[in-house]
Amino acid sequence: MDQTSTPLVDMKNISIAFGGIRAVDDASVDLHAGEVVALLGHNGAGKSTLIKILSGAYKRDGGSIFVNGEEVSIGNPRDAKKYGIETIYQTLALADNVDAAANLFLGRELRTAWGTLDDVAMEAEARNVMGRLNPRFQRFKEPVSKLSGGQRQSVAIARAILFNARILIMDEPTAALGPQETAQVGELVKQLKADGIGIFLISHDIHDVFDLADRVCVMKNGQVVGTARTQDVTKDEVLGMIILGKCPPGAIPGPGAMAIAA
Amino acid sequence: MTDVTTSESADRARASELGAVARFLKATEIDTRMLGMVGALLVIWIGFHILSNGLFLTPRNLWNLSVQSSSVAVMATGMVLVIVTRNIDLSVGSLLGFVAMIMGVTQTVFLPRVMGFSLGDPTIWMIALAAGLVVGVVIGAFQGFLIAYLGIPAFIVTLGGLLVWRGAAWWVTSGQTVAPMDATFRLMGGGPEGAIGATWSWVIGLVACVAVILMLLSGRRQRKRFKFPLRPVWAEVFLGTVTCAVILGAVWVANSYPWPAGTVKKYAEANNITIPEGGLFIAHGIAIPVLMAIAAGIIMTFVTTRTRFGRYVFAIGGNPEAAELAGINTRWVTMKIFMVMGFLAAISAAISTARLNAATNAQGTLDELLVIAAAVIGGTSLAGGVGTVAGAMLGALLMQSLQSGMVLLGVDTPLQNIVVGLVLVVAVWLDTLYRRRVQ
Ligand SMILES: Nc1ncnc2c1ncn2[C@@H]1O[C@H](COP(=O)(O)OP(=O)(O)OP(=O)(O)O)[C@@H](O)[C@H]1O
Ligand SMILES: [Mg+2]
Repeated sequence: MDQTSTPLVDMKNISIAFGGIRAVDDASVDLHAGEVVALLGHNGAGKSTLIKILSGAYKRDGGSIFVNGEEVSIGNPRDAKKYGIETIYQTLALADNVDAAANLFLGRELRTAWGTLDDVAMEAEARNVMGRLNPRFQRFKEPVSKLSGGQRQSVAIARAILFNARILIMDEPTAALGPQETAQVGELVKQLKADGIGIFLISHDIHDVFDLADRVCVMKNGQVVGTARTQDVTKDEVLGMIILGKCPPGAIPGPGAMAIAA
Repeated sequence: MTDVTTSESADRARASELGAVARFLKATEIDTRMLGMVGALLVIWIGFHILSNGLFLTPRNLWNLSVQSSSVAVMATGMVLVIVTRNIDLSVGSLLGFVAMIMGVTQTVFLPRVMGFSLGDPTIWMIALAAGLVVGVVIGAFQGFLIAYLGIPAFIVTLGGLLVWRGAAWWVTSGQTVAPMDATFRLMGGGPEGAIGATWSWVIGLVACVAVILMLLSGRRQRKRFKFPLRPVWAEVFLGTVTCAVILGAVWVANSYPWPAGTVKKYAEANNITIPEGGLFIAHGIAIPVLMAIAAGIIMTFVTTRTRFGRYVFAIGGNPEAAELAGINTRWVTMKIFMVMGFLAAISAAISTARLNAATNAQGTLDELLVIAAAVIGGTSLAGGVGTVAGAMLGALLMQSLQSGMVLLGVDTPLQNIVVGLVLVVAVWLDTLYRRRVQ
């Protein structure tokens, strides 16, 4: 990875507080094209909140975001999508009462020459993309509330890759998936990476992370403990970062690193 | 490819296990809930027919029923959108009253006396109607703004509106009734003049049948284009035949209701026609307010199912947060919904003012409850995300059938209210049971 080129995304000194809780505190992280950066940390560390700032779901209190070296203002999800930022939310964020195709195209519906919804075209496209992720999926006519957790997750993933994302945020994308589907998502990540897409991957599965990620960024209590290339650290060292906030020598320490860290 | 064939044969295997009725429903894709409502309506109609010794299912009664249902039916189409997005509008009855006053005063006082229009000027009804529609949309926009952008709950905003607009209606004329209305404007209320006659009714019926057939065909062609599973041909033919039969049957009923003798006599005198032995049969045909309601239903069905706006309405109802994250401007959509509701309330105001030939201070009182009840009986879920325009219109017809039937039987008003109240609760209970079974 060429770390000297302009990063695709550069989040600098991001902070946000909910009431008294500083959910993200002076966090900085960057992402290059064709790179997978894993965001790690205990429950409530602030991972989802940090990426929700990038996806436009939350407005940050402080800090700046650069896309391709240019400062951007992301005030809502529409702005983020404009910069090619697509997100798979931890909560999936599906409209449960409409079908898979309607969810895939929500906010970006295909329309006929008369400006009406082109449902058949959307269904065809949905069958196409779902076929890549989950070939056994057939329930296109049903509201997604009737789907299994894994099927719903597949819909959420399909939605994110449907619109030529340049930056993909995956917040625990495989939490509800079976082994085969998880492997499929792993393949998908590799393929997207090869296409030059930058990916933020949040996961609690450290093995997954070491298989897929180029770098890891560990958060604790809203702060970044450290960032490291996966080949420079061991799994145990990363676990130490997550649990104790101890930054190993192979990593670049952040503001959240334990004071005694080298 | 093998995958597809196995799943198809599995489907077929499952289909053969289903009973004949279930197979029929699956093939025709008929909504069983809607079927249940139609069944309930038929039971009510036949029940009243027997109890009233054959007075209910007459062209005259059915025609009047259709006219009486139209005002609430028009508003119910909009209430579906409001309730689907987990909101409520308690102000529509008062809004109707206020807009009715505005339209009444515009055509009886403002235009003739202040602006110097001569009575019977053909533009009077248009200006009055337009003024009412503008007021309706503006009030809807205002309430929608408070709800969507200031985050005040819809229940509170429209509860306030219920009081405010009723009071405002009183203020326009200090409580006085405004009458009579412009002759052309009155056509929107029905009556012998306010119906389109036999010939045009048949024309509209036939056009509607052709449209139904074309829609079935184009749907089929679309699905073929993408090689999606198709309905069996017999199911398509069945759907087309039944729909056309219902349409033409309704036209036939409307055309079987003759003008009253007095009106015929006046008409004959005015046009120098000698009335033959045994009287002259001039049919009403479909009433104009009914046409307006049907148009509202068709347009709103189109809006909810075929446009982006409609898709967003349902997505917001299903999961507001997801809709926002998908980049939908949920506030603006919400505000637009209340604007549509205001517009429809204004249409209903025009219908009811024209029918009464007056704008009164109490006009539309309690209509909000009838409208909400119609939408809910019609399958709109107060939890949001679920509802159809056609269901709400059927709900309006069902409520009106109950009321008219009881009037016909001479049931006094307090008992009427008790029955309607009970039916509402029972209907929603049955709906809850149904949904639990389906899921
Ligand atoms: N909308 C919100 N309102 C108030 N507090 C919030 C909100 N969202 C997150 N928080 C708080 O911010 C902190 C970080 O939450 P976040 O969801 O980012 O954690 P996470 O790292 O994604 O955890 P997990 O691994 O459990 O998903 C938590 O203390 C949480 O309680
Ligand atoms: Mg999270």
